[in-house]
Amino acid sequence: MKTLESTSRKKNTRFSKRNLKKVFMGTNSRTGLLTKIVTYSLLIAVGFVFLYPIIYMVSNAFKDLGDLLNSSVNWIPTQFYTENIERAYDVLNYIPSLLQTAIVAILPSILQMLHGAIVGYGFARYNFKGNKILLMLVISTFVIPPQVTVIPRYILFNELGLLGSIASYLIPAGLGQGINSAIFILIFYQTFKTIPVTLIEAARLDGAGEFKIFMKIAIPMATSAFIISFLFSLVWYWNETYLASIYFGGELTTLPLELQRFVAQYNSMFAGANADGIGGINEAIELAATLLSILPLLVIYVISQKWFVESVDRSGITGE
Amino acid sequence: MKKILKNQENVGYLFILPWVIGFIVLTVFPIAYSFYLSFFNVTITTDGIQTSSVGMENFQQALTGDIEFVNRVLGFLREIVVAVPIIVIVALMISLLLNQDIKGKGFFRTIFFLPVIISSGPVLSKMIDLDIATIDVIQDNTIYEVISSMNNAMSGLFIFIIDNLIILLWFSGVQILIFIAALTKVDKKVYEAAAIDGASAWESFWKITLPSLFPMILVNIVYTTVMYSVSGLNQIISHIQGHMFQLETGFGYSSALSWIYFLLIVIILVVFTVIISLFNKRYT
Repeated sequence: MKTLESTSRKKNTRFSKRNLKKVFMGTNSRTGLLTKIVTYSLLIAVGFVFLYPIIYMVSNAFKDLGDLLNSSVNWIPTQFYTENIERAYDVLNYIPSLLQTAIVAILPSILQMLHGAIVGYGFARYNFKGNKILLMLVISTFVIPPQVTVIPRYILFNELGLLGSIASYLIPAGLGQGINSAIFILIFYQTFKTIPVTLIEAARLDGAGEFKIFMKIAIPMATSAFIISFLFSLVWYWNETYLASIYFGGELTTLPLELQRFVAQYNSMFAGANADGIGGINEAIELAATLLSILPLLVIYVISQKWFVESVDRSGITGE
Repeated sequence: MKKILKNQENVGYLFILPWVIGFIVLTVFPIAYSFYLSFFNVTITTDGIQTSSVGMENFQQALTGDIEFVNRVLGFLREIVVAVPIIVIVALMISLLLNQDIKGKGFFRTIFFLPVIISSGPVLSKMIDLDIATIDVIQDNTIYEVISSMNNAMSGLFIFIIDNLIILLWFSGVQILIFIAALTKVDKKVYEAAAIDGASAWESFWKITLPSLFPMILVNIVYTTVMYSVSGLNQIISHIQGHMFQLETGFGYSSALSWIYFLLIVIILVVFTVIISLFNKRYT
């Protein structure tokens, strides 16, 4: 009786030790507490590094010169100082620039999205000669740097009188040669591949024409592809400065372009202020301008982050 | 018209027609034309474009005479050879962390993806100018100071990584998503079977996870290389752009520069692809 008790107690302690180990280190099937703590701390640390520039921007954009030079003021400014934001707002010519950026980004994105849907459908649902080779060509256009095509396109658009207008964005976007067009064709290709053949066959038997099938069956099934394509396209066109500066040549502007020439613009607007040492450009004003220029994108992201974050899963782009 | 559309193949061609037109007019023709221009001296007059043949002179000038260009190309090569593997490895590690059984996955993914939305060229260069492209705590470290004073190739790379830490991290948003999608597709049963056979998590990673990720590693390397090459931070691009509108050099010379640059990217992609497929072969 006694021996039995002692062995059972022994067993118990051994078990609890193992349990302890299980809880901390985990087993093969369950993550342990220690692993979890390490994982969370790593994620939080990396997350902080990711956000550091934005936190820094927000904190410093509201600092006045005194706070900026005072090393004891770290993250939180001593007062809510909005002069930096106001100046940056004026120098960026904010609302007109914002509206132009929106137009310059939204219109090509719509065209690029529609183009992706039409061409992606063609590749996904029709077995024509050269389908595979042409699709390979589509993908290969992704690696062609815009620098190689920009000069001939510039000459072409110049002859057609399209420079300085949004048409120099719209035409490439509508013909699948815009920014990362290949990706959008691929997204729609993957989406339309998943439509069951029987569904389309049935519609054909009912006498529906090819375009009716595309409009009535395919498009309604591709809602997420449309949203994802539009959003990514929007962001990429919004942030593009190389092509914008070459094609628009000062006729149209965007917030990133304004940010690019911010210092020069500021100095020409506040030329007199430099003399007395106050009101000259400083880090806080530049940060305020950067913050203002990304603010609309942050708003878009807050509203639609689900679509961005789930884009890869939903578009099935990895499913090959 | 109706008869033509009776044939399914023709309908297919009709659907992809916009792309074919665009591809020929806005990609094939420009590529060929810029190749042609790279052998000429191009001047723009009121009558249009005047060209005079200069043979290989543009290329010669770029590779031997234009020290600025050569330096920027070498700098870019050094950068990309370090940056691309780091970005892909960081993306892989973050996605492995996120693939665990934890709460708040969506929240972390939202944070890690955020930079993709806002990192335009001017924003990134402002970050570098204003010294927020890295965490200053690391820069204050004595190890950093010792290494930065060494001044050789290795320490140069180290300094490049530290000084651009956040920029490098910010390039990894899309890649993280691609890895996460690929990780969730790996069959859970394979891990269970391996665990029963006594494999540790470490072994499972090298023997199961990594091999199944090879295709996506390649996709991410290509994606990273392309995105890094066309980013507004690239010094070569600004050099090419600068020469485009200079009277003495003009379109002919900058076409030659952009062709050299294009070939460079293709070579880098080929090298990365070969390395990855060699690894792939060794593993499977």
